[in-house]
Amino acid sequence: MYWLKIMLDSFWPFVAAGLIFTVPLSLLSFALGLCLGFLTALARLYGGRVLSSVARFYVWVIRGTPLLVQLFLIFYGLPNLGIVLDAFPAALIGFTLNMGAYTSEILRAAISSISPGQWEAAFSIGMSWPQAMRRTILPQAARVATPPLANSFIGLVKDTSLAAAITVPELFQSAQRVAAATYEPLILYSEAALIYLMFSSVLSALQSRLEERLGKHLSPLEARR
Amino acid sequence: MIELSGIAMSYGQTPVLHGVDLALPKGSVTALIGPSGGGKSTLLRCVNLLGIPQAGSLKVGDIEIVFNARARPRRDEILRVRRRTGMIFQAFNLFPHRSAVRNVMEGLTAVLGWEEERARARAIELLTKVGLEGKAEAYPAALSGGQQQRVAIARALAHSPELLLCDEPTSALDPELAAEVVETLRALAAEGVTMLMATHDLRLAASVAREVVFLDKGRIVESGSPQDIFARPREERTQAFVSTLTDFVSDSMGI
Repeated sequence: MYWLKIMLDSFWPFVAAGLIFTVPLSLLSFALGLCLGFLTALARLYGGRVLSSVARFYVWVIRGTPLLVQLFLIFYGLPNLGIVLDAFPAALIGFTLNMGAYTSEILRAAISSISPGQWEAAFSIGMSWPQAMRRTILPQAARVATPPLANSFIGLVKDTSLAAAITVPELFQSAQRVAAATYEPLILYSEAALIYLMFSSVLSALQSRLEERLGKHLSPLEARR
Repeated sequence: MIELSGIAMSYGQTPVLHGVDLALPKGSVTALIGPSGGGKSTLLRCVNLLGIPQAGSLKVGDIEIVFNARARPRRDEILRVRRRTGMIFQAFNLFPHRSAVRNVMEGLTAVLGWEEERARARAIELLTKVGLEGKAEAYPAALSGGQQQRVAIARALAHSPELLLCDEPTSALDPELAAEVVETLRALAAEGVTMLMATHDLRLAASVAREVVFLDKGRIVESGSPQDIFARPREERTQAFVSTLTDFVSDSMGI
């Protein structure tokens, strides 16, 4: 029962590392990334030539380069320019930039999917553009965007394990440390994988609840689509 | 009184309206008829500035806007015009994420800043008027097309507009549901609501409107009472169009 003891001994420290680093890093970079993604989507859709080119360039660079390389650039590369960041803020910046690029495309698609008639109806009752966006378009776009956004979020939770490579003591790094000390990589990495699975299961459940709430106005036929 | 004069508009290089004049006295009910692409919808949308003309002028009560191709009207002018007009659409365009009563309340609470309770009372009053007080809490997806269009009418009337614009209000409905909507519009016309509608629906044009305007290739060809336009059209182009509307049924039935 040696392996069981290793698992039990390490379980709470791993969960703690998850709760202290993985979860806040995921939540913060998702929230900030979503804001950045929304601004980027607006720039792409309505920003005119200059802003939309800037947005396109940003998405092109972030999507076209590996996340791990971006993290290394921010944490190990920027000090050469005199910008020295702690590991956590460096990871947060990297993940936020990444989320911003991916979610901007999701939001752009979701906003464009709402029929122009909805804008016209909102304008015809006297709404300004921001009001129409906030009260009419976004609530409908949110329903369209929820499944792909949840995809990105769950992907992000798992990608935060890359932060181990820039010294953030998150869940995966804890597993690495214990595995190195005990020579039980199979057990410990399986355990880490299980804890990631636990976290993302909670998110999947939340996604279903959110989709249900956002779709309560739909007829049964539409809801099944 | 709403007045359009010399309205000209083009989409890119394609001209759609060539200097259209139209006066809508208080209480008048005007139908725009004519072939698709003739400029009916475009003209309608110029009235509440969903489309901005390149030339001409628009007068809604004390607001007067003179258009030119270089500058859009000011934002607050556009919003003021929209708050004094209401519009219903061929595809209804109800807000699918809000219940019927919330659709009607939306402009009152979000735009005019009314209190929730006052807005709800007004919305229920309007839903009752269009015969849908029992459907207040239903979402649009649970309503028939005719019911949705009646909710849309209530929504368009909520802020007491001086003019109701109707863009093909019955074209997406089967004849029975269309009759529901025609009835509702007829009742409003009888109450003195000023209306401008673009339509292919003969019933609507002939029995609700008191003035019919035939629009073709972006110009007003002829206008007059429904009797004049449908029974005694003067212009050849009008005769040709009107006969396609009316002859088909009698010909094919051998009447």
